[in-house]
Amino acid sequence: MALRKVAAVLAVAGLGLTGCGQSSGDGGGGIELTITQNAIAGGKNAVAAKHIAEWVIPKFVEAQKAKGKDVSVKFIPSGVDDEQYKTKLSLDLKSGKGADVIDIDGIWAGEFAEAGYIKPLAELVGPEADSWDGWAQIPEAVQGLATYDGKRYALPIGTDGRVLYFNKTLFAKAGLPADWQPKSWQEIVEAGDKLKSAGVPVPIQINAGTAMGEATTMQGVLPLLAGAGGEVQKDGKWTGASQPLKDVLGLYQQIYGAGLGDPKLQQEAKGRDKSFQQFAEGKIGILMEGDYFWRGVVNPKDGVAPMADRDQTVGYAMIPAKEPGAGIRGQDFVSMSGGALRTVNPNSKHPKEAFELLAFTLSSEALKEETKDGNVRITPRADVNKEILAGEPLLTYISEKALPLTAYRPPVAVYPQVSVALQEASAAVVGGTAPDQAAADYQKKLEGIVGGAGNIIAP
Amino acid sequence: MAQATSSPPEPLAEAAAPARRSYSADAAGLGRLRAGVFVAPALLLIAAFLVFPALWVLYLGLTNYRLTGLAAAEPRFVGPDNFLGAVSNPAFWNSTWLTVQFVLGSAVIGQVVLGFTIAWLLRDRRGPLRRLVEGLVILAWILPSAIVSFLWVALLDRDGGTLNALLGLPGFAWLLDHPMLSIIVFNTWRGTAFSMMLYGAALGNVPPSHLESARLAGASGRQQLRDVVFPHIRGHILTNLLLISLWTFNDFGPFLITAGGPDGKSEILAVHVYKVALQGGELGYGAAVSTVILLINLVVAVFYLRLLRSGR
Repeated sequence: MALRKVAAVLAVAGLGLTGCGQSSGDGGGGIELTITQNAIAGGKNAVAAKHIAEWVIPKFVEAQKAKGKDVSVKFIPSGVDDEQYKTKLSLDLKSGKGADVIDIDGIWAGEFAEAGYIKPLAELVGPEADSWDGWAQIPEAVQGLATYDGKRYALPIGTDGRVLYFNKTLFAKAGLPADWQPKSWQEIVEAGDKLKSAGVPVPIQINAGTAMGEATTMQGVLPLLAGAGGEVQKDGKWTGASQPLKDVLGLYQQIYGAGLGDPKLQQEAKGRDKSFQQFAEGKIGILMEGDYFWRGVVNPKDGVAPMADRDQTVGYAMIPAKEPGAGIRGQDFVSMSGGALRTVNPNSKHPKEAFELLAFTLSSEALKEETKDGNVRITPRADVNKEILAGEPLLTYISEKALPLTAYRPPVAVYPQVSVALQEASAAVVGGTAPDQAAADYQKKLEGIVGGAGNIIAP
Repeated sequence: MAQATSSPPEPLAEAAAPARRSYSADAAGLGRLRAGVFVAPALLLIAAFLVFPALWVLYLGLTNYRLTGLAAAEPRFVGPDNFLGAVSNPAFWNSTWLTVQFVLGSAVIGQVVLGFTIAWLLRDRRGPLRRLVEGLVILAWILPSAIVSFLWVALLDRDGGTLNALLGLPGFAWLLDHPMLSIIVFNTWRGTAFSMMLYGAALGNVPPSHLESARLAGASGRQQLRDVVFPHIRGHILTNLLLISLWTFNDFGPFLITAGGPDGKSEILAVHVYKVALQGGELGYGAAVSTVILLINLVVAVFYLRLLRSGR
């Protein structure tokens, strides 16, 4: 009996050992690399996952072999909300683990850098990082996304812009033009009223609430704030319960208080996914989103809520300022941009090879391969963009019209906490709180986050 | 889940009884030193996995430790700030109150009453009906949380949910309009099996002769329950209450259904800690809240143990 138990234990241990042996690659002494993104085959960002697994990895391994290096690469997929991906990644990095090459949202760079979870590339990899030939192709604003405290912490993967999407079929039903371009918030609300009378279940979807996380801030509060002439942070000081913020919250009240939007959609745990689904089903008239929506959501080929007739049905327009000229820098129209970053994990045992892999994923060859067959996105490289954006109407629209007047989030470590406070303010208004009250509560929270009233511009 | 590590209730109840015989101080004849050697491994394990983490959490609660940012690299000692912050934070008290509702609703009322009722109705039955009912109740208990919560989200969803289809109420948002009710019903369904099995075993210990005499004396069903059955299984009831109250108090399952939402309306303490510590990144503050939860758990445990003692 006891003997049998021992034998069983040994057998299990043996299995474990062979298991380890297999995962460590077939060539003894070879270099193993891992790469992770919030992308998974058949789910979120499926195209990116497929590109890494089926093109980048074999090509990279082959290229290394030609140089006489035995390298194996494994892709670690993930397909969850960005907030959960961030939690998982920070726990990995905190405990000295994680994939060798990691994708992060540009806005996490500050807090990750301050925590020591990511390191300046020059320090980690060596001079190769700064002499990478791709830098010459990347516009300054996009390089800025990967820079913190004057040092480059990552390579930018690309950038994006926000617009208003609308359903032309529903617009025709409501007697609205197919080339709709609102010039003020009032015109958005009027379009919403017409859609409502035409029987559209959800005339307007502008993200609000905490369940959607950063999507509320980036595709809701901040573009509106820019349209009201406000910035969340200016010259190192944060904006409190200012008039622009009150205007933004007032618009939320106008939309969600009058039944022009669905307040419950903003509260549901999977509300954002549901809003995508409802837009694809023709239940939402107007929706504010980034170009990700066009590429990854309603993409007829492999979006998460595909629309076979996307190119005919989905219209897009610039986000107007509150009134013409009322936006930041006196603009008539506004947008917000962000962008993801890819960097080398400081815990990597092979930082040089990891950087080679990282740079390879952003070579013009790899980006062209990634974006072919209708998977165009705005890449960081001007040389690639010039070629690939030509045939893509929306991305050309964004890069020509939105990007010149876009704005970026403040690249500071405390921003994500401020973002949550903004989400809570929008949640309160959607839940029935008066905008002035919600703005005052926001200012109170802001004082706690940014270290006292001294860092806040008095309204 | 913690429920798998259930200990039978009898030893607790027995231990609570005053010793009937007096044992010699050293019954095994080992002597102090050798006895110490025997218990040392167990004490070391407890120290490593229970005492040390508890003290560590207490310490973290006194710092401004964060998941990211500067405070992740160089946490500072902030004294009792986190604790003061917690007790003056309305969100914390809201979560505490929701947790009390959750424990009372789903454990003390839901699981105990439903579990006892099923055990009582099935006490004299044999055959397929009993096996079917027990099988279904136990199935709800042993299925993995991820699967169960997916099924419940599909059941309660406001657009395509099964329940709305059955009731003919399209668009009724159970999880948004009645989040607490939803998770209370869910947890009652989920955890009734333990109470049912425990009471089933306890009812088997009630001497049939006592029940028979009560019946002969003309006692009604309710009188039999009150005067014969309950006095016999009082220890079981209290032990069961202690265990399921503590499990439910610390249960994270509701997160998978409502994620604490909408706007914190179902954010029980376990979910609150997860949200502030991991999603919000405030590990120090989260540790302080955890310490408070630990204290509440101790109070609940002491309360039940006292009740158990006082009865004998």
